[in-house]
Formats: sequence, C-alpha cells, structure tokens
Amino acid sequence: MKFLPLVWRSLWRRKIRTIFTILSIFIAFLLFGVLMTIRAAFSLGVELAGLDRLMVIHKVSIIQPLPVAYQTRLRTVPGVETVTHNTWFGGIYQDPSNFFATIALEPEPYLGMYPEIHLPPDQMKAWLADRQGVVVGKDLASRFGWKIGDRIPIRGTIYRTKSGSYAWEFNLVGIYDADPGFDKTQFFFRYDYLDEARQNGDGLVGWYVVKIKDSSRSQEMAASFDEMFANSSAETKTTTEKGFIDGFAKQVGDIGSIMMAILAAVLFTMLLVVGNTMAQAVRERTSELAVLKALGFSDLRILTLVLAESLFVAVVAGGLGLGVAWLFVQNGDPTGGLLPAFLLPGRDVAVGVGLMAAVGLLAGLLPATTAMRLKITDALRKA
Amino acid sequence: MSWLTQIGTVTLLSLKTIPQRAGSSAVAIVGIAGVVIVFVAVLSMAQGFFNAMHSAGAPDRALVMRTGADDEMTSGLSGPQTDIVKQAPGLFRDGQRAIASAEMFVIIDLPKRSTHTAANVPMRGIEPTTFQVRREAKIVEGRMLTFGTNEVVAGRAAAGQFEGLSVGSVVKAGQLTWTVVGIFESGGSVAETELWCDVRVLQGAYNRGNSYQSVLARLDTPEAYDSFKNWLTSNPQANVSVRREADYYAAQSVTLTRLIRTLGFAIASLMGVGAVFAAILTMYTAVATRSREIATLRAIGFNTFSVLISVLAESLGLAAMGGLLGGAVAYLAFNGYQTSTMNFQTFSQVAFAFAVTPALLAQGLTYALTMGLVGGLLPAVRAARLPISSALREL
Repeated sequence: MKFLPLVWRSLWRRKIRTIFTILSIFIAFLLFGVLMTIRAAFSLGVELAGLDRLMVIHKVSIIQPLPVAYQTRLRTVPGVETVTHNTWFGGIYQDPSNFFATIALEPEPYLGMYPEIHLPPDQMKAWLADRQGVVVGKDLASRFGWKIGDRIPIRGTIYRTKSGSYAWEFNLVGIYDADPGFDKTQFFFRYDYLDEARQNGDGLVGWYVVKIKDSSRSQEMAASFDEMFANSSAETKTTTEKGFIDGFAKQVGDIGSIMMAILAAVLFTMLLVVGNTMAQAVRERTSELAVLKALGFSDLRILTLVLAESLFVAVVAGGLGLGVAWLFVQNGDPTGGLLPAFLLPGRDVAVGVGLMAAVGLLAGLLPATTAMRLKITDALRKA
Repeated sequence: MSWLTQIGTVTLLSLKTIPQRAGSSAVAIVGIAGVVIVFVAVLSMAQGFFNAMHSAGAPDRALVMRTGADDEMTSGLSGPQTDIVKQAPGLFRDGQRAIASAEMFVIIDLPKRSTHTAANVPMRGIEPTTFQVRREAKIVEGRMLTFGTNEVVAGRAAAGQFEGLSVGSVVKAGQLTWTVVGIFESGGSVAETELWCDVRVLQGAYNRGNSYQSVLARLDTPEAYDSFKNWLTSNPQANVSVRREADYYAAQSVTLTRLIRTLGFAIASLMGVGAVFAAILTMYTAVATRSREIATLRAIGFNTFSVLISVLAESLGLAAMGGLLGGAVAYLAFNGYQTSTMNFQTFSQVAFAFAVTPALLAQGLTYALTMGLVGGLLPAVRAARLPISSALREL
C-alpha cells in the first residue's frame, strides 16, 4: 500500500500518454457495454422466459391458427396448472412502420401466468369492466404519448369487424410496467372482444401458453400435448417458452456472435495498444527501475509495481467506460421503443469487470517480467 | 535546400525507419484495420440485404393486392377479383393468354442449417405463367414442377440456408406432403428464399377455396403501368391496390437496412474514436523514440514544417496500410457470405449475400485515412515543437 504514491507518480510521468491510454480503454469498455446491450435486446428477453411455461403452436407454422376447443382438452392433462391462449392481431397504428405486437388474450389467466408484468389493480378492474379496453406497455405508451382514457384507432390486417371493415378502436384502460428485460412495447386487448366483433376466424386462436406444475417434466408434458393432437386437422408443436423465444431470436440472425466477434477485435486491439504503451513506459524508466533494484527492491516487488500500474489504468478507464455505458442505457432506448428490451444485464457487467482485470494483467505482464529480469549493472550502464 | 526537398527527405526518412518501430506501428495498423473490417462488414451486410430486395423488382412488373394491404401476408383476393385483374389493359398478352400469375403466400417451418432451429420459410403458390412473368427465373437443378401435383421447386438460397430442400426430399405444408423436384435461381433476389408450388394444390392444402393473395402481372411496357393501375383502381368491382413490384420490395427493405446501417455507423464511429486514440499513442511513441533523431535534424537546419509533415505522413502511411489490410480481410472473409434474416413485414426469412462493393471499400479507406490524419496531428505538432537542446540530451 505504501508504494501507491510511487505507482501514481510513474503513471503521470508522461501525462499525455497515460490520458490517451485511459481514453482508449474507456472507449473499448463503453463499446463493450453498448454491444452487450444490443445483444440483450436481440435475444428478446430469453433469460426471463419461464421454463414452467410451454408454448403450443401449430405444427406447420405459428401463423396457422388453432381451434379454441383445445383449451379444455389441454386443461384435462394431469400436471397442467393454467392454460390460456394468445391471438396475433397484426394491427397497425397510423403507419405500418410503427410496428408493435398487438395481441388478443384473456386478461386474468394471462397476467396470473406472467408475474413479471405489473398492472395496478384498479387498472385491471377497469380492463375487466371494459370489453374494448386495451393495456399497453410503458415504453409503447411513451412512444406515442398515449394516456389512460385515450381512444386508439387500429387498422386490422387479418381480422375484419362484423361490418366488414378493417377499422378497430380500443380504449386505453391501463399501462403495464414489467421486470427489466421484459418487452414493454406490447398492446394487449381482450380476446372476448375480438371473438365477438370479428367477421372471420371464428373459434380460432393463435397459440396456447400452458403453465405446468413441475418444470422438470416440461419435455414429457410437451410430448404428451403433441401426441394428443396428432392426426387431427391442426397438429401442434410444443416447446418451452425459453426454447421458443430462443428459436425466434435465432431467426433474426445470430446477432450474438456478430457482437462477440466485434468485441473480440476491439479488446484484442486494446490489449496491443496498452501492452505497447506499457512496454514503452518501462523502457523509458530502465535506469530508474535499476536504481530501485539497487536500493534493495526485490524482483517480485518490481513486478508488482509495474503490474499495479497497468492494472490501475485498465480498471479505472474500463470502469469509467462501463459506467458511462450503464448511464446511457438507464437513459432509455434511443430508437424510441423499436427494440423490445434495452438493458445492460448484470452478468455482462461482471464479465466486463473480469475483462478489465484481464486486459490490465495481460498488458502489463511482458513489460513487468522485462523489468523484473533487469540486470542492475546493464541497466545502469545503458543510461 | 528548398522546402519541398526538405519535406521529401524528412518524410522519406521517417517512412524508411518504420520497420525499426515495427511493434508500435503494427499496433496502429492492426487497430485501424480492425475498425475498417467492422465498418465494411456491417455495411456490406446492409448492402447485401438491400441488393436482394431491390433485384426482386423488374420495371415492367406490377403487384396487385387487396386495397389497404401492405404486404402479401395480409392481402387476400378472391378468384373473380384475380380474373378482373387479368382483363386489365396494359397487361402483356401471349396470344389470348394474360401473362400474370395469381399467387398464394404462406409460411412453413423448416430447420435453419446454421442453428438447427425452426425458421419461417415462405412458400408461394404460382400459376404456369410464372416463368413468363419472372423472366429471370430458371431451373438450375432437377426439373420444373408438374402443375396439378404436390411437387415444389426450391430457390437456390433457400436450399442453401434450410435443411431438407435437396432434390428428392419431402416437406410438409398444410395438410400435404410435397416432393422437391428442382432448384431455381432468380438473379440473387429475395425470390430465391422461396419454395414454389402449384397455387391450386396449395389452396386445397390450406382450405382456402378459390382465394389468392396477390397477382404479379407483366406489363406491355414499363410505361403501361399508369393505365393498368388507373383502370384497376377505378373499377369498384376489383377493389385492389396496385404498385410497382420494385416499390413493394424497396419499402420492405427500408426498416431493416436503416437499422443495420445505423447500428453499423454507431459501432464503427465509436471504434474509430478508439482507433484514433491508439494512433495518437503510437505516433507519440514514435516521436518519443525518435526525439533525438528529430532534434538532430532540426539542429542541422531542417525546418519545423517539414518535421510536422513527416510525422503526419507516417501516420497517414500507417493508416493507409491499415485501411488496405482491413478492406482486403473484409473482402476475403465476407464478400458473398450467405446468411438469412427475418423480414418483419411478412414474418418470413430472406436469404442474402454480403456485398463488399468497391464503393464500400473506398469508404473504408477514406475512414482509415481520416483516422490517421486526426491521430497524427497532435504528435506532429509536438515533434515540430521539440526543444532541440533538451531533446538531444534525452535517452
């Protein structure tokens, strides 16, 4: 500890160099934070998906509807806790480029199954009282400036009303918040309203969500559902919700590996830069280090001093970078609600801290060993 | 000695001595090359997607859908409606036959090769006139499907991206099992991600009766579009919207292309800032190690300006090497690389190839040189200002 001032002094021996090293590492970890956030956004909250929730979809494709009658049949299977269904409405608000998910569902069972969604009880009551009521995510509401009580016109693309028109209207009765990482851009309205008002698609729903009592039995439960509907006109394919979201995210493309590749390139370059700078710093101080050794500093102490220097730079600069990235993410999604989730996962922050230490140690290792091996006589003569 | 010769000599000297500073110069080169690789790769992805969507539209083709429908997925046309479309003026006719294809568009699940997870693959029901409408399409392997049977032909990109689409294999769609009998190409456009089958068989497999989703029509000339469109939109029985095929696909590519480009530019500029810092460090190191040399030059009469230029030239030289290296790596690694993503408008997969164009490479090189110039500026000023006496004493 008492050598801290010495480390501090050698750091500021060349101010400009240290400042630019810090800036380089700062940028690298700022990038790290941003890239990890993008990766999390494109994994669509897969970390949050419950293993005790199964998705039952049409075997051919998720866009094929399933009969509503499957609900009662699924309920009879032992081990099933709740069964509810969702129906993709494909609604458009003003312009197709304002894309967000519009889903018809059963409010009570659905919210019961998703404790990560938080809706104030009075808004829930209002929703149950109003058939045309709709509940939207916090991010979606702020994206369009919607307030409770607004009447929202939505153009249907799949379903027509009884009068044959594609114009639908909903009353905004609630705005939900949710756990971090859960999509807060969705538009939920009541299935009974859709079913009563639609002209086409009678008795058909999009897919089922089944909550089972024992998540360790998810594989066999899934198989038993699919077996139950085998050879019917609408065969099913059941996966865990996690598997489903994961598969969907993979359809968009392997954003995760792209981000990892970019990061690897960035960190490798930073390692080179910092390592090179440290080597230069040690070369310049050859005679000073020799004097320290002559004064009786052990090899190990010299090694620690140089390593402490590079570690200090890496951790301070990396910490700043990650901190700024975190602040930037707290500030909200810059695309205005285009990305379903915008957060920097805690696990990635921990990985980042580990990486800082690794960069610091690796970059300092070579110069530190060189410094440690210095022969006092040679080094002093060089000067 | 004239100014120019001075500058030339000092610049040559600093460029020639780069190998002596191989380590730190390599750092700057690799740093800049890395930025250029990411920059070019991300933009070539956007370019490839853009190309796939834009090569799909021919100027003399029009796409007819239901009024109010923005994509084929949500459109729906009855049999009689498609008959009206086929009577419209401006449509190309082969004898008595209207060259237009009434089509159905569905999505089926097939495993993606790269991830082995299910992906939404578009399947299109077509009419026998299709190859006269889409003249760029041709069978390259196996044979054309026989109309009236449950045979399909698969696009080349689809066969490359998804499992189970080789000639002879079977796929399940609707209530039928289909046999793949051929592979087709269509100029690298988005159509190559599709499976094509007989539209009437597909109607049966999905219980759609006599309904379609769109009509793709070939016009007499590109100019015939207006009369074709006006006749149809003013006909109350038709109740359809008409757009040029090129406009339709261009509109679908806007969101994704913009998203990729925005992300690409954001990441590349942040990385660029990092690389500029790396370049500054490298040049400072170069100036520091050469300070005695530079001071000597100044002492024997070289002026400050030539020293400044020589440092800048070194920085630009390193940046150019980095830019060329990065461009070459990006080209070798990514040009033509096949991948696929989701088109959110139709919820279906689009396969495309990364396109590293000369324009992108030029942009990458320009970016590299900018980084070199900015990175070299401060160290150059420092080198020019080195106090001769103390610098000579250093090291």
